[in-house]
Amino acid sequence: MGWVTPLGFDIDGVWNRMLAGERGMCPTALFDASTFPTSFSAQVKDFRLEDFLGPAAADHAFASRNSRFALAAATLAWKDAGFSELDRPDPANVGIYLGGGEGPLDFDQFAAAALAGCREECGELIPLDTVRWAKAALQLLRPKDELEQEPNLAGGHLAARFNAQGPNVNTLTACAASTQAIGEAMHIIRHGDADVMISGGTHSMIHPLGVTGFNRLTALSTRNDSCLTASRPFDRTRDGFVLGEGSGILILEELEHARGRGAKILAEVVGYGSTADAFRITDIHEDGRGGIAAMRAALKSAGHAPADIDYISAHGTGTEENDKIESLAIRQVFGDRAKHVAISSIKSMIGHLIAAAGAVELITCVLAIRDGVVPPTVNYQTPDPNCDLDYVPNQARKLKVRAALSNSFGFGGQNDTLIVRAFDRT
Amino acid sequence: MSADRRVVITGLGVASPIGLGADAFWEALLRNECGLKRIESFDPSGLPCTIAGELPPFSLGDFIPKAYRKSAKVMARDIIVAVVCAYHAARDARLNTKCLIERGEAADGPPVDSTRFGANIGAGLICADLSELAGALSTARGDDGAFSLKKWGTEGMTNLTPLWLLKFLPNMLACHVTIVHDAQAPSNTITCGEASSHLAIGEAFRTLARGDADVCICGGAESKTNPMAVARPALWGRLNVADNDRPDRASRPFAADRAGMVLAEGGGLVILESLNHAMARGARIYAELVGFGAASSATGESSLKDAHHGLSLALRKALSDAVTDPSEIDLVTPFGAGISEHDAAEMTAWNGVFGYRLSHVPAMTTRGAIGNNGAGAGAIDFIATVLALHRNTVPPSRNTQPPDPACRFQFVKDDPRDARIRQAISLGYALAGGQGAALVVRKFEE
Repeated sequence: MGWVTPLGFDIDGVWNRMLAGERGMCPTALFDASTFPTSFSAQVKDFRLEDFLGPAAADHAFASRNSRFALAAATLAWKDAGFSELDRPDPANVGIYLGGGEGPLDFDQFAAAALAGCREECGELIPLDTVRWAKAALQLLRPKDELEQEPNLAGGHLAARFNAQGPNVNTLTACAASTQAIGEAMHIIRHGDADVMISGGTHSMIHPLGVTGFNRLTALSTRNDSCLTASRPFDRTRDGFVLGEGSGILILEELEHARGRGAKILAEVVGYGSTADAFRITDIHEDGRGGIAAMRAALKSAGHAPADIDYISAHGTGTEENDKIESLAIRQVFGDRAKHVAISSIKSMIGHLIAAAGAVELITCVLAIRDGVVPPTVNYQTPDPNCDLDYVPNQARKLKVRAALSNSFGFGGQNDTLIVRAFDRT
Repeated sequence: MSADRRVVITGLGVASPIGLGADAFWEALLRNECGLKRIESFDPSGLPCTIAGELPPFSLGDFIPKAYRKSAKVMARDIIVAVVCAYHAARDARLNTKCLIERGEAADGPPVDSTRFGANIGAGLICADLSELAGALSTARGDDGAFSLKKWGTEGMTNLTPLWLLKFLPNMLACHVTIVHDAQAPSNTITCGEASSHLAIGEAFRTLARGDADVCICGGAESKTNPMAVARPALWGRLNVADNDRPDRASRPFAADRAGMVLAEGGGLVILESLNHAMARGARIYAELVGFGAASSATGESSLKDAHHGLSLALRKALSDAVTDPSEIDLVTPFGAGISEHDAAEMTAWNGVFGYRLSHVPAMTTRGAIGNNGAGAGAIDFIATVLALHRNTVPPSRNTQPPDPACRFQFVKDDPRDARIRQAISLGYALAGGQGAALVVRKFEE
């Protein structure tokens, strides 16, 4: 496993910071967001691809921020899996399945071209002159930066880096993408289409249009004066999510293939459910039917009952609607057990990594199983009667986790759930 | 994987520059029509390529329930194209989805079980509506006349509608389609450029085969006929900029004088069903989907050196998955970007896998007729392949003559040709990124 997060890059370092309740938010420095409704975010700091790839970083000189995060996280994961230049699997049987976001728009150039295409009158909406725009755009837009916005490019970079010639897929089911990617990667291995899958997600929407889009939707917290306590999943005073960025990558491997090379096995991916709300573009189904169906499908595919699940990594965005309906859905699926299962949202500490969120969260599930401890939901102060479950408030908790369930629900109603469990060596 | 369930194709939905609906598309293909012409939806004269394949006029209201019409304002063109395709696919399959029931167009029989009905719809990088966004950006000029981010943050951005972002998320194709037709089972959005449709159909095939759904609407759609979508590949040197005065001759896949691609809008969605489900409702079966293979050229962002390895591997995996080999394939459908080096790599891949056999099997490509509509291109190719197999007819492939000396494809000229087709294979690949995938279909035999 490997990740690039607002709390750092190494698995154990970031994990310990999460267990200590550290938070990665600060005023947005990637662009001047000082006048935006939301002027802070959870950014990845001090990131240099050379620190991970050495001179090979030059092979990816034009890579977008997304692709760079993915290259770094995958390099860490590849090493963690025990692969090296000398000991590597058959390229034809190594695949990639990412939930990779679109690369950040080259906003300055885009805006300059847009203004060049509009006449010079201020303060009013002026129709675009596409002929003027085109002349400016062809001068201003940079070909490589434009190419790197294609969402399948991160997978292309990884394939080149690891000579992965097997199935190569990118999904972009909004906030559910990397959970979906890992679930489908599991099926690719089960079906025999690959032995090893490099899977997870990568995304950065901390750019002017990304923040604009979420601000217009009023989905983001606007607590500009207290950014560290802004992300408040399940708390009654929650006012939206905090935008984060980063990447989480896991190496999935067919069991006999892993055994054959004596690999260290961290956990087993046993359950995956994918559904659609099929309700509204703007709202989650009020009964939580899509989330319920996704959790039930994952439990069924894992052959597990709710009683087998010790920990839930919630989608837990910190929006009014998500946290209420996710709690409702968990109550529906888990029944009497709902109040006794530990639930947390690490989005309280690292924000919402959008397409990459699910993969980073699944990594924390594996670490919870490994270490017998679950991360807290920080910034939890005021209980909400609509959210009446055990959210592991503010303090990490020692807990033997046999199996963990991770939820990701995308804008528009695509829902995915994964279940990982302690590997049973028998 | 002998325990897998059989999966069949029972519905085809197309939106293409030469026709909406599978029948109109097919008839136009047989007539060797071309859907490429000067762009009409905006003034393209500032761009080096001024031609593209735009859809014939239509009214979205004809494809959705009345109650859903207000949602049209949050649909980018890509989404509208997918919704049109979905209607045609459901109608063609006589599948009683929510949309057809609400429109009073359902066939006899019970409604489809929404909890067993999934969607897997490939999408592109949806370009923001440039007029809308540029107009809003232009309100945020600073004192120097240049764009001011500070001014944008305080007031400029309020000129965008609150739901602005939702128009352009690639997963909204699947979300709108699943809402309109009430498909609640596994739902995915694959975004791998021109490989998206093949990957989506292949993944849906696996989902149905293992029993996670009974019906799936799958394929892809994209609109590349907007200023940003034309400017971007123009910057990459992929467009044909020499034939603006003869659009019907501009897209020349595998031809010796090919000069770059021509963009288009369009899409294809197919209804896949488990064989049992299709039989139980007495569905018409076009063909059985029997093989899927995906691979990567592992060559990085845009290098085409060795790109053919990934395409060869995808073809081989699909053939192996179908437990067949080139000697049993009766029709091949290459992608045919019409770009010099891309077509060269694709020819190397097919020549390597099929060898001598390639000179003896009919081939078809739709690129000359409809151009490249990105994430939806593969689905249209797949649908054309299924129809050719179902009707034992190979349509002509426009503008493939004179062929590149390395080209062994046996394209049909001018008029369609009868051919007994039992198995066919279709290939799609991303022009950048290295992703490739192939699908094998077989005439249905109980």
